[in-house]
Amino acid sequence: MAELQPYNKLPALSCAVLLLVGSDGGLQQRLAEAILREKKNFKINIHLAASLPLPPERDHLRPRIDLVAFMIDIKSKYSLKNVEASLAYVDDSFFLGKVCFLVTGVGRVNYCSVEMNAIRNLGEVYCSPVLFCELEVEGSQVATAQRLLRMLEICAGHVPGVSALSFSSLMRNCADD
Amino acid sequence: MDETVAEYIRRTVLKIPRDEIKTMLEKWGLLSETQLQTINFRQIKESISQDVVQLCEENSVDIKQAAVLDIIYNHVYPNKRVWCVYQMKKTGEEAEFFDLTDFKKKFKGRLRSALKNVTINFREYEDNAIWIRIAWGTPYTKPNQYKPSYVVYHSQTPYVFISASVLKSNLPLLCQALVLASNYHDIREMELRSHSLNSLKDIVFKRYSQNFQTHYPRPLQERNVAPKSADLRIIQENRNEKERIERVNREVFGDGPQPKLEFAQYKLETMFKSDPQMDVLDKKEPFRCLVKFSSPHLLESLKSLAPAGMADAPISPLLTCIPQKARNYFKIREKKHFFPESFVSP
Repeated sequence: MAELQPYNKLPALSCAVLLLVGSDGGLQQRLAEAILREKKNFKINIHLAASLPLPPERDHLRPRIDLVAFMIDIKSKYSLKNVEASLAYVDDSFFLGKVCFLVTGVGRVNYCSVEMNAIRNLGEVYCSPVLFCELEVEGSQVATAQRLLRMLEICAGHVPGVSALSFSSLMRNCADD
Repeated sequence: MDETVAEYIRRTVLKIPRDEIKTMLEKWGLLSETQLQTINFRQIKESISQDVVQLCEENSVDIKQAAVLDIIYNHVYPNKRVWCVYQMKKTGEEAEFFDLTDFKKKFKGRLRSALKNVTINFREYEDNAIWIRIAWGTPYTKPNQYKPSYVVYHSQTPYVFISASVLKSNLPLLCQALVLASNYHDIREMELRSHSLNSLKDIVFKRYSQNFQTHYPRPLQERNVAPKSADLRIIQENRNEKERIERVNREVFGDGPQPKLEFAQYKLETMFKSDPQMDVLDKKEPFRCLVKFSSPHLLESLKSLAPAGMADAPISPLLTCIPQKARNYFKIREKKHFFPESFVSP
């Protein structure tokens, strides 16, 4: 089973798991550390991967993944290609609110290599929210960590009354405005 | 002392960073200890240079002696110039004994017979390197001391490093003189250029750390076993892939520091391959295109591409062959075989 499935494992109590997929390992590590520094009242594990599919040998050790964030560096076409190739290995039901796209490096306007259209298209085709951030700036890094944490909380089902699907629909309706 | 000589000395001293001026003047040796002691090296450079010119006046320094100071400056700061590598070829196999005086005589003779107005200086250094400085003139004008050419020749090798001046028309004459003086038969330009003279030497003398194909594979070494603060809540899924990338990188680039190059240039003379339905370029002629890679340190940046997640490992051999082939300017033509891939011209 090469595809990532959202519900094929049992959830752990008071726990949430985030998977970051992106070609820049250093940036992933920094973002993961920033997320872990935030205050939260549930246990959190962050898995970092360069691409999908994930190595099958660790499949039995892997917990259920609540949110997948695909990281695209706007300065690198290679990172976009990497994400597009990885999307094929995600089961369709993940795209009901448990996937988001994180576009990094937007602070450096002169070095944009990936077109905005391509990213917007990606968000529309996969019905998932697109977040923009600049992880080299402290403020943006903290804000992004907080947003991801909140999304993770919702996707793991820790916020009563709000489901992953309703939240992503909310985000998409706001973005369309 | 001529005004032009005074001005040349003044400008040369101004090029030198203030803290280095005393050491370079001592190496130059044209001013005595007592004279040097009269200069205040803590004042501004303008004043220091004027003091030096004054003292040179007392010693009646001529242009040839002044040029030696320029050689000393360029020997300490060779990276301010762009160096090209040339290789000389011999017909016979006998290793002839290198006679320095004979070399100098023949070199000067060849240049002077073609061009009356040249200033030629030689300076030998410990690593068997001969530095030659040539200031070029024309039959009617005196040599231009501000645009000299520099040649570095290691007499035990067939390699010559030339930093041509802007006056490129003198290059054939220079090459002729080198071949004649060193008893070689031919000289050709290797397509290898850089600001860093030492890196060019490293590449042609094969002094950089190359990775040799070993018959016995190296045992897996645990490098960087655990990250400094291994947070157990962060799990790396692709650890094996990361290790593979590191291993491939090490195999291709070796362990040591890379020679310093600033450019790699690929001139493409290949056919444009488009979708046959689009029918772009109905004339079947090569699509001329120039691809240039530039970086403060090209080879190190190529080495760090795969670990940084910006490219797949292994990197294209067109890029990694640069030190082995000792060239960074390539022409790529179509392969005249069944396979439509292109090949690198020799």
